[in-house]
Amino acid sequence: MSNSEIYTLRINGEERQVKDAWIGESLLYVLRERLGLPGAKGACEQGECGSCTVMLDGRAVCSCLVMAATAVGSDIATVEGLNMDGSLTDVQEAFITEGAVQCGFCTPGLVMAVHNLLDESPSPTEHHVKEAISGNICRCTGYGRIFAAIDKVVAVRKGEAQ
Amino acid sequence: MPVLVPNSLREATELLAAHPDAHLLGGGTDLMVEVNFNHRRPTTVIALRKLAEIQEVEIRDSHVTIGSGVPYADMEKGPIATALPALAAAARTVGSPQIRSAGTLGGNLGTCSPAGDSLPVLFALDALVHLNSATGSRDVSIHDFMVGPKRNSRHSDEIITAVTIPTTTGWQGYSKVGVRNAMVISVASACLAIDGGKVRIALGSVGPTIIRCRDAESWLNGVADLSQPIPDAVATEFGKRVSSEARPITDHRSTADYRKHAVGVLATRLIQRGTAQ
Repeated sequence: MSNSEIYTLRINGEERQVKDAWIGESLLYVLRERLGLPGAKGACEQGECGSCTVMLDGRAVCSCLVMAATAVGSDIATVEGLNMDGSLTDVQEAFITEGAVQCGFCTPGLVMAVHNLLDESPSPTEHHVKEAISGNICRCTGYGRIFAAIDKVVAVRKGEAQ
Repeated sequence: MPVLVPNSLREATELLAAHPDAHLLGGGTDLMVEVNFNHRRPTTVIALRKLAEIQEVEIRDSHVTIGSGVPYADMEKGPIATALPALAAAARTVGSPQIRSAGTLGGNLGTCSPAGDSLPVLFALDALVHLNSATGSRDVSIHDFMVGPKRNSRHSDEIITAVTIPTTTGWQGYSKVGVRNAMVISVASACLAIDGGKVRIALGSVGPTIIRCRDAESWLNGVADLSQPIPDAVATEFGKRVSSEARPITDHRSTADYRKHAVGVLATRLIQRGTAQ
Protein backbone atom coordinates (compact mmCIF):
# COMPACT_ATOMS: atom_id res chain seq x y z
CA MET A 1 0.00 0.00 0.00
CA SER A 2 1.37 3.37 -0.87
CA ASN A 3 0.23 6.81 0.01
CA SER A 4 0.20 9.23 -2.80
CA GLU A 5 2.03 12.27 -1.47
CA ILE A 6 5.54 10.81 -1.77
CA TYR A 7 6.32 7.78 -3.83
CA THR A 8 9.07 6.36 -6.00
CA LEU A 9 8.75 5.36 -9.64
CA ARG A 10 11.22 3.24 -11.62
CA ILE A 11 11.68 5.04 -14.91
CA ASN A 12 14.17 3.93 -17.56
CA GLY A 13 15.86 1.83 -14.86
CA GLU A 14 16.28 4.72 -12.41
CA GLU A 15 14.43 5.21 -9.13
CA ARG A 16 12.81 8.65 -9.19
CA GLN A 17 11.12 10.14 -6.15
CA VAL A 18 7.88 12.06 -6.70
CA LYS A 19 7.11 14.65 -4.02
CA ASP A 20 4.16 16.92 -3.30
CA ALA A 21 2.04 15.22 -5.91
CA TRP A 22 -1.69 15.75 -5.80
CA ILE A 23 -3.91 12.77 -5.92
CA GLY A 24 -5.01 11.48 -9.24
CA GLU A 25 -2.13 12.96 -11.19
CA SER A 26 -1.52 11.04 -14.37
CA LEU A 27 1.80 9.43 -15.12
CA LEU A 28 2.04 11.79 -18.09
CA TYR A 29 1.81 14.84 -15.81
CA VAL A 30 4.33 13.43 -13.35
CA LEU A 31 6.82 12.58 -16.11
CA ARG A 32 6.60 15.99 -17.74
CA GLU A 33 5.98 18.41 -14.92
CA ARG A 34 7.63 16.79 -11.90
CA LEU A 35 10.45 14.65 -13.27
CA GLY A 36 11.67 16.67 -16.24
CA LEU A 37 10.93 14.00 -18.82
CA PRO A 38 8.96 15.88 -21.49
CA GLY A 39 9.35 13.26 -24.23
CA ALA A 40 5.83 11.93 -23.78
CA LYS A 41 3.48 14.60 -25.11
CA GLY A 42 0.14 15.66 -23.68
CA ALA A 43 -2.64 16.37 -26.13
CA CYS A 44 -6.02 14.73 -25.67
CA GLU A 45 -5.68 13.54 -22.04
CA GLN A 46 -8.22 10.80 -22.80
CA GLY A 47 -6.27 8.03 -24.48
CA GLU A 48 -7.33 8.93 -28.01
CA CYS A 49 -4.14 10.33 -29.54
CA GLY A 50 -1.25 8.15 -28.37
CA SER A 51 1.22 11.03 -28.12
CA CYS A 52 1.88 10.12 -24.46
CA THR A 53 2.69 6.46 -25.16
CA VAL A 54 5.14 4.84 -22.71
CA MET A 55 5.91 1.24 -21.81
CA LEU A 56 4.48 0.05 -18.50
CA ASP A 57 5.70 -3.39 -17.43
CA GLY A 58 6.41 -4.23 -21.06
CA ARG A 59 3.09 -3.01 -22.50
CA ALA A 60 2.57 0.17 -24.54
CA VAL A 61 0.00 2.33 -22.75
CA CYS A 62 -1.22 5.91 -22.75
CA SER A 63 0.53 7.53 -19.78
CA CYS A 64 -2.34 10.03 -19.46
CA LEU A 65 -4.59 7.14 -18.36
CA VAL A 66 -2.19 5.72 -15.76
CA MET A 67 -2.70 7.11 -12.27
CA ALA A 68 0.94 7.79 -11.42
CA ALA A 69 0.76 6.68 -7.80
CA THR A 70 -0.44 3.24 -8.91
CA ALA A 71 2.69 2.68 -11.02
CA VAL A 72 4.86 2.21 -7.92
CA GLY A 73 6.85 -1.00 -8.36
CA SER A 74 6.29 -1.09 -12.11
CA ASP A 75 8.90 -0.72 -14.84
CA ILE A 76 8.26 2.44 -16.83
CA ALA A 77 10.13 3.12 -20.06
CA THR A 78 9.85 6.45 -21.88
CA VAL A 79 11.18 7.69 -25.20
CA GLU A 80 14.12 9.27 -23.33
CA GLY A 81 15.24 5.79 -22.26
CA LEU A 82 15.35 4.15 -25.69
CA ASN A 83 19.05 4.92 -25.97
CA MET A 84 20.27 6.21 -22.64
CA ASP A 85 23.41 7.78 -24.20
CA GLY A 86 21.19 10.17 -26.15
CA SER A 87 21.91 8.69 -29.55
CA LEU A 88 19.05 7.93 -31.91
CA THR A 89 17.55 4.50 -32.40
CA ASP A 90 17.13 3.03 -35.86
CA VAL A 91 13.43 3.89 -35.72
CA GLN A 92 14.17 7.53 -34.88
CA GLU A 93 16.81 7.69 -37.64
CA ALA A 94 14.35 6.26 -40.16
CA PHE A 95 11.66 8.75 -39.14
CA ILE A 96 14.13 11.54 -39.94
CA THR A 97 15.53 10.17 -43.17
CA GLU A 98 12.12 9.13 -44.54
CA GLY A 99 10.46 12.46 -43.70
CA ALA A 100 8.05 10.99 -41.14
CA VAL A 101 8.45 14.00 -38.82
CA GLN A 102 6.60 17.20 -39.66
CA CYS A 103 5.39 19.11 -36.62
CA GLY A 104 6.85 16.31 -34.50
CA PHE A 105 4.25 16.29 -31.76
CA CYS A 106 3.11 12.71 -32.41
CA THR A 107 6.63 11.46 -33.06
CA PRO A 108 7.70 10.29 -29.56
CA GLY A 109 4.48 8.30 -29.13
CA LEU A 110 4.78 6.82 -32.60
CA VAL A 111 8.42 5.91 -32.00
CA MET A 112 7.40 4.03 -28.86
CA ALA A 113 4.53 2.29 -30.67
CA VAL A 114 6.80 1.32 -33.58
CA HIS A 115 9.54 -0.05 -31.30
CA ASN A 116 6.86 -2.06 -29.50
CA LEU A 117 5.50 -3.37 -32.81
CA LEU A 118 8.89 -4.38 -34.22
CA ASP A 119 10.01 -5.97 -30.94
CA GLU A 120 6.98 -8.27 -31.16
CA SER A 121 6.81 -8.65 -34.96
CA PRO A 122 10.06 -8.11 -36.87
CA SER A 123 8.24 -8.50 -40.24
CA PRO A 124 4.76 -7.07 -39.78
CA THR A 125 2.18 -7.10 -42.56
CA GLU A 126 0.77 -3.78 -43.79
CA HIS A 127 -2.45 -4.52 -41.91
CA HIS A 128 -0.51 -5.29 -38.73
CA VAL A 129 1.41 -2.00 -39.01
CA LYS A 130 -1.81 -0.02 -39.47
CA GLU A 131 -3.37 -1.78 -36.50
CA ALA A 132 -0.29 -1.21 -34.33
CA ILE A 133 -0.25 2.54 -34.88
CA SER A 134 -4.03 3.00 -34.95
CA GLY A 135 -3.85 4.56 -31.49
CA ASN A 136 -1.33 7.21 -32.57
CA ILE A 137 -2.86 10.17 -34.35
CA CYS A 138 -0.74 12.24 -36.76
CA ARG A 139 -2.45 15.22 -38.36
CA CYS A 140 0.47 16.28 -40.57
CA THR A 141 1.91 13.45 -42.57
CA GLY A 142 -1.07 11.46 -43.80
CA TYR A 143 0.93 8.47 -42.51
CA GLY A 144 2.60 7.67 -45.85
CA ARG A 145 6.05 8.74 -44.65
CA ILE A 146 5.50 6.94 -41.34
CA PHE A 147 4.78 3.67 -43.17
CA ALA A 148 7.89 4.32 -45.28
CA ALA A 149 9.99 4.78 -42.13
CA ILE A 150 8.70 1.53 -40.67
CA ASP A 151 9.38 -0.31 -43.94
CA LYS A 152 12.91 1.10 -43.88
CA VAL A 153 13.61 -0.15 -40.36
CA VAL A 154 12.25 -3.60 -41.20
CA ALA A 155 14.43 -3.77 -44.32
CA VAL A 156 17.57 -2.53 -42.55
CA ARG A 157 17.12 -4.93 -39.66
CA LYS A 158 16.79 -7.77 -42.18
CA GLY A 159 19.97 -6.61 -43.90
CA GLU A 160 18.07 -5.75 -47.11
CA ALA A 161 18.76 -2.02 -47.08
CA GLN A 162 21.10 0.55 -45.60
CA MET B 1 -7.56 11.46 -1.38
CA PRO B 2 -5.27 8.56 -0.83
CA VAL B 3 -4.35 6.18 -3.60
CA LEU B 4 -4.14 2.70 -2.16
CA VAL B 5 -2.32 -0.05 -4.05
CA PRO B 6 -2.97 -3.36 -2.29
CA ASN B 7 -0.86 -6.38 -3.16
CA SER B 8 -3.43 -9.10 -2.50
CA LEU B 9 -7.16 -9.60 -2.94
CA ARG B 10 -7.58 -10.02 0.79
CA GLU B 11 -5.83 -6.72 1.47
CA ALA B 12 -7.94 -5.07 -1.25
CA THR B 13 -11.27 -6.29 0.16
CA GLU B 14 -10.27 -5.21 3.68
CA LEU B 15 -9.32 -1.75 2.40
CA LEU B 16 -12.63 -1.53 0.56
CA ALA B 17 -14.52 -2.52 3.72
CA ALA B 18 -12.70 0.31 5.53
CA HIS B 19 -13.31 2.79 2.67
CA PRO B 20 -16.72 1.92 1.23
CA ASP B 21 -16.78 5.12 -0.81
CA ALA B 22 -13.47 4.28 -2.53
CA HIS B 23 -13.24 4.17 -6.31
CA LEU B 24 -11.92 0.88 -7.64
CA LEU B 25 -9.38 1.45 -10.39
CA GLY B 26 -8.74 -1.20 -13.05
CA GLY B 27 -6.92 -0.19 -16.22
CA GLY B 28 -7.82 3.47 -15.74
CA THR B 29 -9.17 4.03 -19.23
CA ASP B 30 -12.53 5.32 -17.94
CA LEU B 31 -11.78 6.81 -14.53
CA MET B 32 -8.63 8.68 -15.55
CA VAL B 33 -10.46 10.49 -18.36
CA GLU B 34 -12.94 11.78 -15.79
CA VAL B 35 -10.15 12.71 -13.37
CA ASN B 36 -8.08 14.45 -16.10
CA PHE B 37 -11.07 16.59 -17.06
CA ASN B 38 -12.09 17.31 -13.46
CA HIS B 39 -15.41 15.58 -13.97
CA ARG B 40 -14.73 13.41 -11.00
CA ARG B 41 -12.62 13.90 -7.90
CA PRO B 42 -12.64 10.62 -6.03
CA THR B 43 -11.76 10.88 -2.36
CA THR B 44 -10.10 7.48 -2.19
CA VAL B 45 -8.83 5.20 -4.94
CA ILE B 46 -8.05 1.52 -4.55
CA ALA B 47 -5.98 0.41 -7.54
CA LEU B 48 -6.32 -3.24 -8.45
CA ARG B 49 -3.39 -3.62 -10.84
CA LYS B 50 -1.08 -5.42 -8.38
CA LEU B 51 -3.53 -8.19 -7.50
CA ALA B 52 -2.16 -11.45 -8.89
CA GLU B 53 -5.48 -13.19 -8.07
CA ILE B 54 -7.39 -11.21 -10.72
CA GLN B 55 -4.82 -11.79 -13.50
CA GLU B 56 -5.45 -15.51 -13.78
CA VAL B 57 -6.97 -17.33 -16.76
CA GLU B 58 -8.38 -20.86 -16.71
CA ILE B 59 -9.34 -22.50 -19.99
CA ARG B 60 -11.47 -25.67 -19.94
CA ASP B 61 -13.50 -27.36 -22.66
CA SER B 62 -16.77 -26.16 -21.16
CA HIS B 63 -15.81 -22.68 -20.02
CA VAL B 64 -13.12 -20.03 -19.68
CA THR B 65 -12.58 -18.09 -16.47
CA ILE B 66 -10.85 -14.77 -17.03
CA GLY B 67 -9.56 -12.65 -14.15
CA SER B 68 -11.08 -9.19 -13.99
CA GLY B 69 -7.62 -7.63 -14.32
CA VAL B 70 -6.65 -9.38 -17.57
CA PRO B 71 -6.25 -6.74 -20.29
CA TYR B 72 -8.06 -6.95 -23.64
CA ALA B 73 -4.70 -7.38 -25.39
CA ASP B 74 -4.59 -10.91 -23.93
CA MET B 75 -8.03 -11.77 -25.35
CA GLU B 76 -7.38 -10.66 -28.94
CA LYS B 77 -5.21 -13.64 -29.74
CA GLY B 78 -3.83 -16.78 -28.14
CA PRO B 79 -5.72 -19.42 -26.17
CA ILE B 80 -8.59 -17.16 -25.00
CA ALA B 81 -9.24 -16.11 -28.61
CA THR B 82 -9.28 -19.75 -29.72
CA ALA B 83 -11.76 -20.74 -27.02
CA LEU B 84 -13.96 -17.63 -27.31
CA PRO B 85 -13.74 -16.17 -30.84
CA ALA B 86 -16.57 -13.69 -30.19
CA LEU B 87 -14.76 -12.26 -27.18
CA ALA B 88 -11.58 -11.97 -29.25
CA ALA B 89 -13.50 -10.13 -31.97
CA ALA B 90 -15.00 -7.77 -29.39
CA ALA B 91 -11.60 -7.23 -27.75
CA ARG B 92 -10.08 -6.26 -31.12
CA THR B 93 -12.62 -3.43 -31.44
CA VAL B 94 -11.76 -1.86 -28.08
CA GLY B 95 -9.98 1.51 -28.47
CA SER B 96 -6.43 1.17 -29.71
CA PRO B 97 -3.53 -1.15 -28.84
CA GLN B 98 -2.62 1.20 -25.98
CA ILE B 99 -6.16 1.07 -24.59
CA ARG B 100 -6.32 -2.72 -24.97
CA SER B 101 -3.05 -3.01 -23.02
CA ALA B 102 -4.71 -1.31 -20.06
CA GLY B 103 -8.48 -1.91 -20.28
CA THR B 104 -9.94 -4.97 -18.54
CA LEU B 105 -13.13 -7.04 -18.35
CA GLY B 106 -13.46 -5.95 -14.73
CA GLY B 107 -13.41 -2.32 -15.81
CA ASN B 108 -16.06 -2.88 -18.49
CA LEU B 109 -18.25 -4.61 -15.86
CA GLY B 110 -17.57 -2.03 -13.17
CA THR B 111 -18.47 0.85 -15.48
CA CYS B 112 -21.33 -1.14 -17.07
CA SER B 113 -21.82 1.23 -19.99
CA PRO B 114 -24.35 -0.08 -22.54
CA ALA B 115 -21.56 0.60 -25.06
CA GLY B 116 -19.06 -1.64 -23.23
CA ASP B 117 -17.62 -3.77 -26.02
CA SER B 118 -17.28 -7.01 -24.07
CA LEU B 119 -20.73 -6.93 -22.50
CA PRO B 120 -22.83 -8.28 -25.44
CA VAL B 121 -20.47 -11.27 -25.53
CA LEU B 122 -20.98 -11.93 -21.83
CA PHE B 123 -24.78 -11.68 -22.28
CA ALA B 124 -24.90 -13.95 -25.34
CA LEU B 125 -22.73 -16.56 -23.63
CA ASP B 126 -24.53 -16.40 -20.24
CA ALA B 127 -21.43 -15.42 -18.28
CA LEU B 128 -21.12 -15.55 -14.51
CA VAL B 129 -19.52 -12.67 -12.59
CA HIS B 130 -17.46 -13.53 -9.51
CA LEU B 131 -17.35 -11.03 -6.65
CA ASN B 132 -15.38 -11.00 -3.41
CA SER B 133 -15.76 -8.96 -0.25
CA ALA B 134 -13.96 -9.06 3.09
CA THR B 135 -16.72 -11.31 4.40
CA GLY B 136 -17.33 -13.70 1.52
CA SER B 137 -17.83 -14.27 -2.18
CA ARG B 138 -20.75 -14.71 -4.55
CA ASP B 139 -21.44 -15.40 -8.20
CA VAL B 140 -23.98 -13.37 -10.15
CA SER B 141 -25.35 -14.10 -13.61
CA ILE B 142 -24.47 -11.31 -16.04
CA HIS B 143 -28.22 -10.94 -16.65
CA ASP B 144 -28.68 -9.95 -13.00
CA PHE B 145 -25.42 -8.01 -12.77
CA MET B 146 -26.12 -5.20 -15.22
CA VAL B 147 -29.26 -3.40 -14.05
CA GLY B 148 -29.16 -0.11 -15.98
CA PRO B 149 -26.95 2.32 -17.86
CA LYS B 150 -23.72 2.45 -15.84
CA ARG B 151 -25.49 0.62 -13.02
CA ASN B 152 -24.78 -2.84 -11.71
CA SER B 153 -25.65 -4.98 -8.72
CA ARG B 154 -22.13 -4.99 -7.24
CA HIS B 155 -22.30 -4.19 -3.54
CA SER B 156 -20.11 -1.31 -2.39
CA ASP B 157 -17.83 -3.67 -0.43
CA GLU B 158 -17.30 -6.07 -3.35
CA ILE B 159 -14.54 -6.42 -5.91
CA ILE B 160 -15.19 -8.09 -9.28
CA THR B 161 -12.56 -10.83 -9.36
CA ALA B 162 -13.28 -12.86 -12.49
CA VAL B 163 -15.82 -13.82 -15.13
CA THR B 164 -16.65 -17.37 -16.15
CA ILE B 165 -17.75 -17.60 -19.78
CA PRO B 166 -19.19 -20.88 -21.11
CA THR B 167 -17.83 -21.99 -24.48
CA THR B 168 -20.22 -22.90 -27.31
CA THR B 169 -20.47 -25.99 -29.50
CA GLY B 170 -21.18 -23.86 -32.58
CA TRP B 171 -20.09 -20.63 -34.21
CA GLN B 172 -19.85 -17.37 -32.29
CA GLY B 173 -19.15 -13.87 -33.57
CA TYR B 174 -19.34 -10.19 -32.80
CA SER B 175 -19.95 -7.11 -34.92
CA LYS B 176 -19.92 -3.43 -34.11
CA VAL B 177 -20.89 -0.24 -35.92
CA GLY B 178 -18.97 2.95 -35.30
CA VAL B 179 -17.89 6.00 -37.25
CA ARG B 180 -14.48 4.57 -38.06
CA ASN B 181 -12.43 1.43 -37.55
CA ALA B 182 -10.04 2.36 -34.74
CA MET B 183 -10.61 4.20 -31.48
CA VAL B 184 -14.36 4.21 -31.64
CA ILE B 185 -17.15 3.84 -29.12
CA SER B 186 -19.87 1.62 -30.52
CA VAL B 187 -23.03 3.05 -32.03
CA ALA B 188 -24.52 -0.44 -32.11
CA SER B 189 -23.06 -3.89 -31.53
CA ALA B 190 -24.18 -7.49 -31.47
CA CYS B 191 -22.85 -10.87 -30.38
CA LEU B 192 -24.35 -14.02 -31.86
CA ALA B 193 -23.58 -17.54 -30.71
CA ILE B 194 -24.85 -20.97 -31.73
CA ASP B 195 -24.81 -23.60 -29.02
CA GLY B 196 -26.43 -27.01 -29.15
CA GLY B 197 -28.08 -26.03 -32.44
CA LYS B 198 -29.77 -22.98 -30.86
CA VAL B 199 -29.03 -19.32 -31.49
CA ARG B 200 -28.44 -16.59 -28.93
CA ILE B 201 -28.02 -12.91 -29.66
CA ALA B 202 -27.25 -9.91 -27.44
CA LEU B 203 -27.14 -6.24 -28.45
CA GLY B 204 -25.00 -3.37 -27.19
CA SER B 205 -25.56 0.42 -27.31
CA VAL B 206 -29.25 0.06 -28.18
CA GLY B 207 -30.86 0.10 -24.75
CA PRO B 208 -30.32 0.95 -21.09
CA THR B 209 -28.66 -2.43 -20.61
CA ILE B 210 -27.36 -5.05 -23.01
CA ILE B 211 -30.42 -6.67 -24.58
CA ARG B 212 -30.87 -10.41 -25.15
CA CYS B 213 -33.38 -10.85 -27.97
CA ARG B 214 -35.25 -13.83 -26.53
CA ASP B 215 -38.25 -13.53 -28.88
CA ALA B 216 -36.10 -13.41 -32.01
CA GLU B 217 -34.01 -16.31 -30.68
CA SER B 218 -36.99 -18.57 -30.05
CA TRP B 219 -38.56 -17.65 -33.40
CA LEU B 220 -35.40 -18.58 -35.31
CA ASN B 221 -34.85 -21.73 -33.26
CA GLY B 222 -38.39 -22.77 -34.17
CA VAL B 223 -38.15 -22.21 -37.92
CA ALA B 224 -34.54 -22.84 -38.97
CA ASP B 225 -31.98 -25.62 -38.98
CA LEU B 226 -28.83 -23.77 -37.99
CA SER B 227 -26.53 -26.59 -39.04
CA GLN B 228 -26.78 -25.39 -42.65
CA PRO B 229 -26.90 -22.01 -44.41
CA ILE B 230 -30.28 -20.42 -43.77
CA PRO B 231 -32.35 -18.80 -46.56
CA ASP B 232 -31.80 -15.07 -47.04
CA ALA B 233 -35.46 -14.38 -46.28
CA VAL B 234 -35.12 -16.08 -42.89
CA ALA B 235 -31.93 -14.18 -42.09
CA THR B 236 -33.63 -10.91 -43.02
CA GLU B 237 -36.72 -11.70 -40.95
CA PHE B 238 -34.42 -12.58 -38.01
CA GLY B 239 -32.76 -9.17 -38.40
CA LYS B 240 -36.15 -7.45 -38.34
CA ARG B 241 -37.20 -9.30 -35.22
CA VAL B 242 -33.90 -8.52 -33.48
CA SER B 243 -34.28 -4.87 -34.47
CA SER B 244 -37.78 -4.73 -32.98
CA GLU B 245 -36.40 -5.80 -29.59
CA ALA B 246 -33.85 -2.95 -29.51
CA ARG B 247 -34.76 0.06 -27.36
CA PRO B 248 -32.25 2.69 -28.48
CA ILE B 249 -32.12 6.38 -27.72
CA THR B 250 -30.90 9.29 -29.84
CA ASP B 251 -27.72 10.86 -28.49
CA HIS B 252 -24.56 12.61 -29.70
CA ARG B 253 -23.28 9.40 -31.29
CA SER B 254 -26.31 8.36 -33.32
CA THR B 255 -30.05 8.50 -33.75
CA ALA B 256 -32.38 5.87 -32.37
CA ASP B 257 -33.66 5.09 -35.88
CA TYR B 258 -30.16 4.44 -37.20
CA ARG B 259 -29.27 2.24 -34.23
CA LYS B 260 -32.45 0.19 -34.67
CA HIS B 261 -31.67 -0.29 -38.35
CA ALA B 262 -28.00 -1.09 -37.72
CA VAL B 263 -28.58 -3.88 -35.20
CA GLY B 264 -30.97 -5.55 -37.61
CA VAL B 265 -28.30 -5.52 -40.31
CA LEU B 266 -25.72 -6.83 -37.85
CA ALA B 267 -28.04 -9.67 -36.78
CA THR B 268 -28.75 -10.69 -40.39
CA ARG B 269 -25.07 -10.71 -41.28
CA LEU B 270 -24.04 -12.58 -38.13
CA ILE B 271 -26.58 -15.37 -38.62
CA GLN B 272 -25.55 -15.67 -42.28
CA ARG B 273 -21.90 -15.93 -41.28
CA GLY B 274 -22.66 -18.30 -38.42
CA THR B 275 -24.63 -20.74 -40.52
CA ALA B 276 -22.31 -20.57 -43.54
CA GLN B 277 -19.54 -22.28 -41.57
